[in-house]
Amino acid sequence: MENTLKLKNSFSVALNLEIDNINDNLAYQSISEWDSISHMILISQIEEDFDVSLDTDDVINMSSFAITKEILSKYHIKF
Amino acid sequence: MLLINKTCLITGSSKGIGREICKLFAENGAKIIATGRNVKDINDSISDLPCFSGPHIVYKMDVTKEDEVIDVFNDLNMTKNNINCIVNNAGIMEDATLQMVKSDLIDRIFTTNVFGTIIPSKNSIKPFLKNRGGSIINLSSIIGTNGNHGQTIYGSSKSAIIGFTKSLSKELAPLNIRVNAIAPGFIDTDMTRGMDPKFYEKNLKSIGMRRLGTPNDVAKVALFLASDLSLYVTGQIIGVDGGMII
Repeated sequence: MENTLKLKNSFSVALNLEIDNINDNLAYQSISEWDSISHMILISQIEEDFDVSLDTDDVINMSSFAITKEILSKYHIKF
Repeated sequence: MLLINKTCLITGSSKGIGREICKLFAENGAKIIATGRNVKDINDSISDLPCFSGPHIVYKMDVTKEDEVIDVFNDLNMTKNNINCIVNNAGIMEDATLQMVKSDLIDRIFTTNVFGTIIPSKNSIKPFLKNRGGSIINLSSIIGTNGNHGQTIYGSSKSAIIGFTKSLSKELAPLNIRVNAIAPGFIDTDMTRGMDPKFYEKNLKSIGMRRLGTPNDVAKVALFLASDLSLYVTGQIIGVDGGMII
């Protein structure tokens, strides 16, 4: 739960969104704030906040908030 | 000093233009991440460089091998060496008229000159984001802008770098990452010394300033593009050719 909130905060900072608007259904390119440019900022924010270095495939596959949690689980981050 | 507290990665840094860029950048305060295929040659070329922003680092990195590039960037990330600038200098030149070109020559030139520019650029984006900006400097050529007899493959690889530079500059401008290219003319390096003597003489006569360029002539433009002097410059192809006409 703590990491979910932490991840929501990462999304909020990178995409300039209200925390309340971030949920599992939030998807890449479903809103104007999450485009290919802000996606790179989001990756950087997540890497900084969780102290991980994401693989290229994971960067490309990170297509929703829910999937982001799945991907981060591979890096031993529990949700 | 124009690059104090900046970390700059240079590919193909053991000789010629790459070596001179390492030298000029270090003299201007940069921490150098020197990469290339031969670690001994790189160590020899940077051993006497001044260190104003921490010790320089040498990596074996063949730009044609994506795994090696990724490993270097992962190590830089783990050691908190977030680069501010990358100079994609590594390149090869082999000449032949198109009728005489074999497929492996095309593959070799494009893999080194084009793939070897794209892959390090791609990997540099994440560290640039951590620094809230950065500068990508690609090495094209006057052959890429003007073309030349016997250099269809080399020329088209250098033209590809121009297209890559212009498109990437548009993609990364919103992230405060600048992307520019240098198009050297006839520069006095091992690569040009290996040219056919007939081409060598012909090229020399075509230079308005009547002298070959030096690696330092190119390095000075790279210094400008790496530094804050060019903070509002992106998507540009800057010729360093002494008024050469092809």
